[in-house]
Parts: sequence; structure tokens; C-alpha cells
Amino acid sequence: MTTTPAAPAFRLDLTGLDTRPAQVWGGVRLVPLVRAEPIEDLRLHQELYEPEYTAVPVGPRTDYLAFVPHGFVADWTRDGTPAAAYGTRLDTPSAITASTPPERVRVRVPRRIAKRENRTRLRFLPLHLALEGYLSLHFGGPSIAWEEYSERALRNGLSPRAEEAYAGDRVRGLADALRVFEIHPGQCGLVVYVADALAAAFVVPHPDDYRALHRTLLLDLFGELIHHYALLSAPVPDFRADLRTAGPINSTAELRAAVDGQERAWAAFHDDTMAGGLLDPDYRSRTVRRLGRFRLDRFRPEFRPKQENHIGEAITDEHGRLAYLKTFRLSEAQVRRGHLLDRLAAHDWHLPTTATALGLTEPQLGLRLEGAGFGSLLRQDVLDHYRRAARQ
Amino acid sequence: MLLSSVTDAGAVLVETYGDLVAAEDVLLFVNAAITGTGQREFHGGAAEQQLSLDFLHEYMLVNYRGPYAAALALDINDHNSALIVRRLLETSRDATDEQRRTEGRLIARRLRLLPPQRVYRLIGELRRAKVNNRRTRAILRDWLATRPDQALDAVKYRAGLKLALRHTHLRPVAEETGDFLYAPRRRPKYTAPLLDAWRRAHYEQGALYELPYTVAEGFANRHGIPRAAFLKKIEPRLTALERLRLQESARALGATAVTSDAAALARMPLTRLASYVLGLPPADRTARRAELTDALRGAARRAVRAAGAEEGSWGRVTAVLDDSWSAYGSGVKRRRPLAAALACHFLLAALAGEYTALWTSGHGDALLARPAGPTPLGRRILDALDTAPERLVIVSDGWDNAPPGLAAEVLRVWRTRLDPEHRTSIVHLNPVYDAEGFDVRRLAPTVPTAGLRDAEDVPALVEFARFAEGRTDLSELTAHLAARTERFLAAEGAVRGPVAPAAGSTGTTGTAGITGTAGTTGTTGTAATETAEETVR
Repeated sequence: MTTTPAAPAFRLDLTGLDTRPAQVWGGVRLVPLVRAEPIEDLRLHQELYEPEYTAVPVGPRTDYLAFVPHGFVADWTRDGTPAAAYGTRLDTPSAITASTPPERVRVRVPRRIAKRENRTRLRFLPLHLALEGYLSLHFGGPSIAWEEYSERALRNGLSPRAEEAYAGDRVRGLADALRVFEIHPGQCGLVVYVADALAAAFVVPHPDDYRALHRTLLLDLFGELIHHYALLSAPVPDFRADLRTAGPINSTAELRAAVDGQERAWAAFHDDTMAGGLLDPDYRSRTVRRLGRFRLDRFRPEFRPKQENHIGEAITDEHGRLAYLKTFRLSEAQVRRGHLLDRLAAHDWHLPTTATALGLTEPQLGLRLEGAGFGSLLRQDVLDHYRRAARQ
Repeated sequence: MLLSSVTDAGAVLVETYGDLVAAEDVLLFVNAAITGTGQREFHGGAAEQQLSLDFLHEYMLVNYRGPYAAALALDINDHNSALIVRRLLETSRDATDEQRRTEGRLIARRLRLLPPQRVYRLIGELRRAKVNNRRTRAILRDWLATRPDQALDAVKYRAGLKLALRHTHLRPVAEETGDFLYAPRRRPKYTAPLLDAWRRAHYEQGALYELPYTVAEGFANRHGIPRAAFLKKIEPRLTALERLRLQESARALGATAVTSDAAALARMPLTRLASYVLGLPPADRTARRAELTDALRGAARRAVRAAGAEEGSWGRVTAVLDDSWSAYGSGVKRRRPLAAALACHFLLAALAGEYTALWTSGHGDALLARPAGPTPLGRRILDALDTAPERLVIVSDGWDNAPPGLAAEVLRVWRTRLDPEHRTSIVHLNPVYDAEGFDVRRLAPTVPTAGLRDAEDVPALVEFARFAEGRTDLSELTAHLAARTERFLAAEGAVRGPVAPAAGSTGTTGTAGITGTAGTTGTTGTAATETAEETVR
């Protein structure tokens, strides 16, 4: 994980998923995504873990330590025939009634964040795949031993690297919003807005999976930004239908056309404007696994400061259509950290050229690194020198 | 001259505005009193609901005491009836003699309609609130006198009756009932068989099957009798509602004796029957389709006759019925909004000459209705208007969310552009109280919304809902309330037997609070009036 392989540019595409009217509860706006044709040959289901910290080895002498409340298991078939979600247990209808929930699976320390359990089953820890990708960004530290860097940075890289996130049930109002949300028929996804900031997007292959996994949004992670917005936000208003703009209506047929127009207008507004920050930018993706005709990728943004930045993971089919998606919105500080590391790496960790590229002086860049929490990368005397330079 | 005319106009304006507010407040309260139960709803918690209802009651009592008491004559629910009675009795000293007389009769009549356990609980609340004026004692004394069998009450509502007698300083009808309540070990034997059965049930298993089910259940537990065996033997003592409630769990235990046959089902009230049907698993509903449909239709026909309406008299009716996920209600009111919609479906089918039902989910099979999916009310209303109905009835909790506000827009366009001459009469019935809005949620200002408790009340509600359309005329509303009060109290006369009913009464009754003009109470001579007068003295 010392270097990130050159990642192909990638753009999220919601083709095949129709946007339906949002449902608002307090400061939370939930936008359902409906699939006209569900994907039958890939199914997801949930595993619940004991509420403990989980340590997952991700590389030689590197562990990923996180609170992992649940995991997903993806089942797929090789010939395109419908796959049964593990949790539905279609094989033993007599022994277990359909209403019996899947037993709690006691899992040992997971071997990997995404682990192939057998030939057509993959277990992975949702969002942690993406987060681990973000945390391990330029994890090895400076690639060239410039003299400004400390001994420790050269030997250990950025280790240990830590980020904080809030579980969904700590985001105020989200639990209630999910409880009163009315799931649409055929719904395969949900976009969560908190105080009208896009907090997360969640897409699954099949409506049955969605119904089963709807509540798992409470176990997911949300950034500090979203947590604060939820805490401080006033209730957001509904986007109410308005037929006054439709012109004179003289028959029920015209009324019906105006209603259709309203629905189309909302879908277009949502996809272009509200979800623009998620759908428009290019992402750099890395394939984690292949699952038959599907591919599990994780992606990260270009780290544009003061803008929306999402990291996430997606399963796409051979045509690039989304089968599964989960995103995490980075907080401002997290974006800044990613941006700094990215810029440094792009200039071979050479401080003066990076500073010039960013339009800063070298001491300013050094202090900015320190402010972002990377002070330990620099030698103490270099850092003191920067401080003195900044004071003058 | 000019000046005076201006002031006159101003005064008229102020009065009209005041009237408008008063009428709106009364309508709002009636809707709340029909639907609010202080229990958890789909969108709000129990505490919110109680707080909201308490505020409304306080507001009405202080500002509109007359209509507040007159609400007892409407089809409000038991929870709010008890609340109104308690508040009226708590504030007796604020009422005029005139008001006391009317209130006394309304309370007496309403208490007789309440289930006894509610009244006993109300007495407990009065005791806790230290309300024990002569009027309260007289009203409770009269109510206790109407109880058919005090021995039964002594066994079934032991704590309640004990407290009631203690609170009202009354002697029990029979001396041994007093001993039974206050010193049960004083007598070795009771002459009343029920009391004696209770005594013996402490040590003799056979005796507990002579007791009412709720009492016997406790003894069965104490004796360690298996549930199935207990249900089998207590079966003859079950009331109709207990039978309905228990039969599914009894069947699971193998006690097949506990069943309501088709005839018994058809005697159930419509909305309760609908709740029962929705509680059955879909497979059972399919298997018993003919039986359940017949029972529901029978109950609906009975409800239509009871409401004084005629079958098929409503012409072409289309109903939009809400079976979205929010119709599930809450854990304490399970599927209540859906049950109300299902009951309305059968009632309207009986009332209408030509009937179309449109469920929001798009499913067509009413018997298999289940709460799921969003609420595309706007589109369904549009579909309903396409059938060109004479009446459109919408039964929904008003949370229109796919997209939000579309129903309001469709109704607005329909009323203003497509049907300005009101060929279609539209009414929205809402079974859910919205604590935040202190009212049921409305769909559109142009469409009247009424709270819905039982589908049986729909004909009366549709009549009442016209007040909520546009600007309400207070005098008309007052007259309506007076007429309802009159009818309500006249029914009491009928129940009471050979006492002359309210015929020949002059003036309005009980709504003096709104208009400020003193109405004269017409009815004299009924027992309840005597009660009230006695307490006034």
C-alpha cells in the first residue's frame, strides 16, 4: 500500500435507477431510487457482528482497526440465473418460517475487509472498504527521503493514521426518518440528505435486499460534518408539487400531463442539482474483487477543498451499471488532509515545489501540514524554523 | 352619520371574525376529540399526543364551555369523553346554573355509553384530583344506580367499585357487597352466587369457571391451570369481544371451542370486525374469504340502517383509501388507520349505488389489504376523478408524500378550473390525530376534512364535514350542535323508558357559550335533569 496504483477515472451513473419524490422528516430528506428491473443474479444480505472493535489485517504488518457493526455478503451466479440471498433460506422452507430472522452470525476476526467465502460468495465490510482506501492513502509516507522529513516519517510512513466517524444512530433524526419512511415498490436505493447536504447514497441490486437492509443505514458511518448538521439543522421544507406553473388546465388529461411534468421536473432537479456533488465529479477507482460479471470497486475523489467530496464503494456490472453503492461524505478537515497528501505525492513529496504549486511559501505549507495533523512527518527543527519564519 | 356607519361595519367585521375563529376552534376540537387517543401514532409519540390533547381541552374549556360540553353529544371517542367529563366536573364552580343543568344531562348520558372500566378509571382520576363536590357525587350516584348488577361489578371491577363507593360516600346495594369489598373474610359465605364463587375460587378450581373471564384468568394463573384447558372451560363465560379477541390464540393452543361463528362475526361492529380481519394472516383471509366478506357486508348494512341512511342512496361514489405503510399506525394502535379505511370501504359499498374503490398501493383486493408502500394520493385522486363520481370520499392520514402536496394541487385545480360548480362533492376523512397541528391533517383548504373514529359514523361525519368547507357559519354550526345535543338527550329519554322525551322544547340547548345569548333549556322532567337541578341547588 505504499503507492496507489494509477487509478482509472470513473463517474457514478444512476442509469436504471429512477428518482422518486423525497420524504422529509425534520432535517433529514430521504430520496428513494427505484429500479425498473431488479438485478436477480447478485444478492446482498447482512451479517451482524458483536459490538466490538475489529482488527482486520490489510497488508504486511498493517492492520485496519475499526468499529464494525455489520458486514454484507454478496451472492452471485455465473449463468445469470436468480441468486438467493443467504438470509432468505429458500432451501429449508419447512424447517424455518419465512419470518424467522437470520441468526446472528458470530464472526471471528475477519481475515480481510473483502474476503471470498467460496466461489460465488464474497463477504465485505460495507464502507470500511472505502474508508480503508482513504486511510491508506499515501500511507507509506515520503517516497524520496527529503531532508525535511523526520526519521519516523521515513521509517513508518503515516502510521498510525486515524479518522473518526459517527454511527448512523448518533445522527439526530435519522432513526426516526428511516422509521417513518415509506419504502416504494421496487425501491433499490436511497439518497440521504441531512440539512440538504448529501450525506450518503446507498444502492442494492434487488428490492428484497433493500427492504432487508433499509435499517442498516443506522449502522453505517457518517462524517463529523453530517453529525453536526443533523444536530443543528432546522427542519427542511418539503418540495411540494405546484401546478400553477403548468399553465391553464382544462381537462383531466391536461391535469394528468401536468402531474407527470411535476414528477419529471423533480427527478431532473434531484439528479442534476441536489446530487450533482456526488454524480458530476470524476473519481479514481480501484477494483477490489471480481464477482462473476460484476466488479467490486472502491473509489475516492480528487479531493477538492471546500467542495463536496465522497468516498465509497460500488459493484458494477460489465456495462458499468450500478448494482451496489455506498458512499461516505468526507468532512472538510478530511478533504484537506486528502488534498495535502495528494499534492505532496504528486510532487514526489518535495516541499518547495508542492508549496509553489499550491501558491504558498514553504513555511506556510509546513504549518498547514502541522495543522492538518501531519506535524510528525517533519523534523522538529525544520518545523521550528517554519514557525519562526511565519512569525516574522 | 358616516362615522357611525363605519363603526357599525367595523363591529360587524370584528364579530364575524370572532365567529369565524370560534367556529374553526370548535371544528378543530371536534376532530381532535374524535381521533386523538393519547396513544402513540405512526408519526408521533404518546407524550406529544397527550400534551397536545391536554392543551386543546384546556383551551376549549376556558373559551367555549358550551360547545365543549356539547361535544359529548357527538361521536367522540371514549378517551376524550372521559377527559371532558373530568374537566367539566373539576370546574363546576365556573359554570352558570344553565350550563350545569345541560352539562349534568350530557354527562349522565355519556357515562352510560362509556364502558364501565373507563368510568371507574375516571372516578379514580376524580379522586386523585380531589374532585368531590355534590354535583359529582350525584352524577356518580346516578351512574352507579344504572349499573345492572352490582355484584358483577364488585367482582369484575373490584378496585374501581371500592374506590367509587368510598369516594361518593354511598352504601352498596346489598350489605354483603360492602363486606365483600372492604372485609372479605368477615363472612364465611355469601348469598350472591358470583360473590361466593369468587370466595371459593381461592381454593377450588371448579369455582373459577363461574367468574367473568378477566377475573378467572388471574385465578387460573394462581392455580397453575394450563392455558388451553382454562380457555376450553371458560368458553361459555366469554363476552363477544373477548371471544373475538381470543379465538386466534386459543386455536393455536388447541382450544377450538373458542370460535366466533359467522353469525356472531356479523353482529360485531364494523370497524372492530375490520381490525379483526386485518389481524389475520393473508392465507387465512383467503381461505375464509366468503365468510369474512359476508360478515363485513352484513355489518356494513347494519351500520347503514343504524345511521338512518338508505342502502344505495348515495349514487355514484368513488373512494380513495390509504393503505400506505403509515396506515400501520403504531404498536399500540396496530393497523388502526387501515382498519378504518377497510370499514369505510364496505360501508360506502353499502351506501353507494355504484361504487369504485381505489387503494393508494394500487392493489384491488380489499380483504387482503396490508400497509405498505408510499402514499401517492394525488395520482389516486386523479384516477378517482376520472370515474366522474357524484361523491368522492378520501380516507387517509393526510401524509401525502409521492410527491408531497400533489393531492392539494389536484384538488385545487379540480375545484377552481374543472369543477367550479361543485358537481362532485369531495370529503376527506382522517383517522389520525396530528399532535403538532392540533387537528387532523388536511389535504387542501377547498376540501373539508373530518376526523374519523368508526366507519359507522361516516354518514354523520359527511354531514358535519360541510362546516369545514370554506367559511364556516357559526350560527349554523351552533344550530347543528344544538340539534345533535337534543337528539342525543332524546335517545336517553327513550332508554330511560316512560319519561316524556324532549318534544315541545323551545329554544336551543347547551350552546349558549358561543353566541352569548342565553338559550332556554327545553327539556324538563327527565331523570337526568332532576339530577342536575338537584346538584345546582
